[in-house]
Amino acid sequence: MSARDQILASVRKSLGRGPLTGEAEAPARDRLAAPVRNLIPDRTAGRDRAGLVALLVEKCRETACSVDEVRDMSAVPSAVQSYLTRENLPARLTQAPAFGAGGDAPLDWTDTPTLEVATGGADGSEDTSLTPVLAAVAETGTLVLVSGSETPTGLNFLPETHIAVVRASQVVGPLEDAWTQLRGAGAIPRTVNLITGPSRTGDIEQKIQMGVHGPRRLHVIVVAD
Amino acid sequence: MQATSHRFKDNAHDALNDAVLQRALGNLKTGFQERRRHAVAGLPEFEGLCDEGRDLKNHVLTHLDYYLERFEEKVIEAGGHVHWCRTPAEAREAVLAICRERDAKTVTKGKSMVAEEIALNDFLEANGIEPVETDLGEYIIQLRKEPPSHIIAPAIHVTQEQIAEDFRRHHTDLDPNRPLDEPRDFTDEARQKLRDRYFQADVGITGANFLIAETGSTVIVTNEGNGDLTQLLGKTHVVVTSIEKIVPTLDDAATLLRLLARSATGQEMSVYTTFSTGPRRSADGDGPDGFHVILLDNGRSAMLGTEFQDMLRCIRCSACMNHCPVYAAVGGHAYGWVYPGPMGAVLTPSLIGVEEAGHLPNASTFCGRCEAVCPMRIPLPKMMRHYRMREFEKGLSPVKARWGLAVWTALATRPRLYQGMTKVAMAVLGRFGRLRGRFRSLPLAGGWTSVRDMPAPQGPTFQDLYRRRRGRS
Repeated sequence: MSARDQILASVRKSLGRGPLTGEAEAPARDRLAAPVRNLIPDRTAGRDRAGLVALLVEKCRETACSVDEVRDMSAVPSAVQSYLTRENLPARLTQAPAFGAGGDAPLDWTDTPTLEVATGGADGSEDTSLTPVLAAVAETGTLVLVSGSETPTGLNFLPETHIAVVRASQVVGPLEDAWTQLRGAGAIPRTVNLITGPSRTGDIEQKIQMGVHGPRRLHVIVVAD
Repeated sequence: MQATSHRFKDNAHDALNDAVLQRALGNLKTGFQERRRHAVAGLPEFEGLCDEGRDLKNHVLTHLDYYLERFEEKVIEAGGHVHWCRTPAEAREAVLAICRERDAKTVTKGKSMVAEEIALNDFLEANGIEPVETDLGEYIIQLRKEPPSHIIAPAIHVTQEQIAEDFRRHHTDLDPNRPLDEPRDFTDEARQKLRDRYFQADVGITGANFLIAETGSTVIVTNEGNGDLTQLLGKTHVVVTSIEKIVPTLDDAATLLRLLARSATGQEMSVYTTFSTGPRRSADGDGPDGFHVILLDNGRSAMLGTEFQDMLRCIRCSACMNHCPVYAAVGGHAYGWVYPGPMGAVLTPSLIGVEEAGHLPNASTFCGRCEAVCPMRIPLPKMMRHYRMREFEKGLSPVKARWGLAVWTALATRPRLYQGMTKVAMAVLGRFGRLRGRFRSLPLAGGWTSVRDMPAPQGPTFQDLYRRRRGRS
C-alpha cells in the first residue's frame, strides 16, 4: 500500500468509516461545486463606489501605504513623478508590461521626460516598480495582484518602492468579491498576491520595522476612472 | 529536532534564571497582547467568525480524506506534484529527492513549522545541501544554531544586543565597526545579505498556512515578503505542509484569514497573503518552473476520532502562547520541541508521545486564557486534562504526585474525615499564625513557601462559616 493510500486509510479508520460516496459525500461535494460565502463583516455593506474608495484609502493609510488620488489614467505619469520627487527617490522606474506599448493599458510618459521608464519584469536592480492590480479590497486595504505575461510577480517584491495603480472600478468591498472576479476569469493564475501595506518585520525585539525583504514603500494611486 | 520535552522542569528552571531571556520575554505583553485586543475590538463580527471557523474546520476534519483527494487532483491539474508522507523521514527523503533531481547546492527557505517538525535543515546539511533561512527571525536563529522559541516570532527570545553580536560574527566581509544600534540597521543588513541567496537558490521551500481544495492552491501568510521571494526566485517551489491545513474553498480561506492575522499580530491582514497554484504558466514573465507539495501526516490522522481531534483545527496563530502566563515566564525553548505554549502542550504529546512530553500538559495553571483567545475555539485546558489523565493511567506521573493524589482521594471521598481533619488543621494553623498572620515556611509545603508566604487561616473552615451563616438567615 502506498503512503498515500495508507494516510487516507488511516484517516478513514480514525473516522470510523470507509471512503465517502453518494449521500455521505454530498456536503463536501456541494461545497466545492458551488462555494458559499460565510459571514462577511458589515464594514463594507451598503457603500456605493465613492464610499468603498474612501474606505480603501483610509485602510491603505492605516497599513502604512501612501495614497494619491487622480482623475484619470492620463494623470498617472505626472502623479508618479511628483511622488518620486516628493520622496526624494531616483527618477527611474520599471513598469509592468501591462502599461507598456501593446499592453492592456498603455501609459503615455511623453510629458514626464526626466523620468527614465523601463518596461518588463524585475531582476533586483530596480528602484521602483509600477504595476496594475486585479482588484482592491476596501474592507482591509488589500491589493489583489496576479501573475501573468503582462504582470510579472517580481515587480511586487524586488524593488524598494512599489507603486500600484488602482482604478475606482476595481475597488470591491470584501475579499469574497475579488474571488468572484477571479473565478469569472477562468483558471486561477500561478500566483495571487494579496498585499496589505509595505513589507515589515517585528523580529527585532517586537519593534515594527519596514522593508525587510519586500518593498519599503507601497504607494497607491487611485484613479477615479 | 531532538526533543527535550522530558526535561521540561529543568528547562523551565534554567529559563526562569536567565536574565537575558526574561528581558526578551517582557516584550510579549505590549507586542502581541495589546495589538490583538485592539484588532479584535475593531471587528464586531469577530466572535461570530470564530464560531464559523470552528464549524468549518470541524466539517473539514470529518471529510478530510475527500478534500485531500480533491486537492491532489487540482494540484496535478495545474502541473504540480503531491508527495504523501507518513513520517518525518519520508518527508525529508521526498524533499531531498527533489533537490537531487535539480542538482541543488543551495535552498532558500521561508518559515515553516512543519519543516522544523521534520528537522529538515540538519538533514539537508548532512546531505551536502545548504539551507538558507530567509525569514529574519529564522535567519537569526539559524546563525545562532538554535531552534525557534515561538511559532510566528522564532527569535523572540533574542535581544538586539545578541543579534548584533551574531551579525558581526557571521557577516565578516562587512566593516566590523559599522553601527548596529537601530532595528533598521539589522533589517538593511539582512536584506542585503539575503538578496543574492534568493537568486542563487536552486530550490525554494516554504510552508503553507492553508491548502485550498477548490483550486489546488497553497497559501502563505507573511509580513516580510521573504516567502514570496523564496518561491519566486527558486527554480522549483517546494511546499512543506501537513494534512490538516486543508480548507474547501477560497471563501473558506477568507473567513480564516479574517481570524488569523488579528489573533496573531493584531493586523487586520498580514502584509503578504499569497496563493500559489502549480508552476509558472508558459506565458508568465517569472515564477518557479516546478511545484511540489510535501503532505505530512506524522500522527495527525490518528488524532481524528479521539478526544484530541479538536487540536487539528489549530491555524497556528500563536494567540494561546502570547497570552499564556507559563509561556511568558519560561519562553518557548523550555517546552523542548517545535511547538511551545498551550497548543504545544497538547500537540507535542499527540505527535511524539506522552512518554516524552508528559510534563507539558502539566505546565498549565488552567487559567483558561488560551481557550478564551483561541480563534478556533480549541478547548486546550480540557485536552491538557485528558493528557494528565493518560499520564496518570500509564503510571508516568511521579511517585510523590501519585501518593499525594491517593491521600487526597481517601480524604475527599470521606466527607466526615475530610471535615474533621480540615477543622483540626485550620484551628492549629490559625492559632500558630495568629501573631504574624502568615507563615514563612510550612512542613510538606516547602515548594510553595520557598517563593512566597502562606497566609494564616483565621480558624474556622469555610464549611463552618457556611453552616453558621445559613443558620443565621
